[in-house]
Amino acid sequence: MNAILFGPGLLTHADLWAMCLHFMLLSVLAIGGAITTTPEMSRYVVGERGWLSDAQFTASVALAQAAPGPNLLFVAVIGWNVAGLAGVAATMIGSLLPSTTLALLATRWGAQHQQTLAVRAFKAGMAPLTIGMLLATGWVLTEPLRGHVATAGLVAVAVVFILYTRLSPLWPIAIGAVVGALGYLG
Amino acid sequence: MNEGAPPRLREPASPGELFRAFNALALQGFGGVLPVAQRVLVEQRNWLTREQFVEVLSLGQVLPGPNIVNMALMIGDRFFGLRGAAAALLGLLCAPLLIVLLLAALYGQLSGIPAVAGALRGMGAVSAGLIIATALKVMPTLEGNPLGRPLAGLMVLLSALAIGWWRVPLVWVVLGLGAVSMALAAWRMQR
Repeated sequence: MNAILFGPGLLTHADLWAMCLHFMLLSVLAIGGAITTTPEMSRYVVGERGWLSDAQFTASVALAQAAPGPNLLFVAVIGWNVAGLAGVAATMIGSLLPSTTLALLATRWGAQHQQTLAVRAFKAGMAPLTIGMLLATGWVLTEPLRGHVATAGLVAVAVVFILYTRLSPLWPIAIGAVVGALGYLG
Repeated sequence: MNEGAPPRLREPASPGELFRAFNALALQGFGGVLPVAQRVLVEQRNWLTREQFVEVLSLGQVLPGPNIVNMALMIGDRFFGLRGAAAALLGLLCAPLLIVLLLAALYGQLSGIPAVAGALRGMGAVSAGLIIATALKVMPTLEGNPLGRPLAGLMVLLSALAIGWWRVPLVWVVLGLGAVSMALAAWRMQR
């Protein structure tokens, strides 16, 4: 039971609070998503505190990427591996509280000022950058797989599904899983 | 790509409906929830136009925090205030959190199987394609952009290259290219 609540038992209560506070700080810096703070997170959890090994850290990130849901959940896996459910609470609350508060304040401010030039210029000026960011994200994600012909095929399948059908994206994901499981991606 | 006149916008009936919609889209989101969010919120439920989707995403990505979490909060808040924001956020996170923790507990047994590792790589390639496809899908929203088509297209290209090819941190892209793009938009709108 204790292993579920507190993991391997490496952390004192003070450590848990320190971890929560550190993740709060990272939350404010996480422009572009929590994933952009992984280098700093790894420096803190692996390098400075020694709570996880490098391999454990990388595996935590990869595991969350493979599961359904927001990529942010990798911080929950890190919390779990460090300190069980108490660790999950510390990393999740730390990662969410500051950024969610800011997001709510910003959206309400924007809604009240939507006719002002500043807000309209923000919407118009940022729209193409947002689309460019999506293209770049997709491109970066293909990076580890670029040597394989199957990768290009799977990307094309996904594009066709989204543009020309109304089916759930789960279908191309399932096709990708089967193609990969059969060994076509190395 | 062009499917004629957009259907009329609808609103969720209750925070419970928001919770269920975000729960359903989170559970379909492997390797990124955004493509599913676009499909469900814009195409299936008609809660947002494509333009509004791009707007919410724009704000969500320049703020700290995961853009899909910020989007859930903003959309929930728009319909039902704090209760809606909480419902959307919990819908997005609860079930996937349980699943990922279960997987973390089982990880040791699963990771050694080559078929599992291969399947994960295949899913990764598809999720990359889904994100690219979502970008192509919302591209037509730039038609009405005050920047005009050539400038808007140039900004798409430059930001994609800056982030994806030259690997400039997003903060600098927003502060540099973003500032230029916003200034041009403001100038065009004032004329």
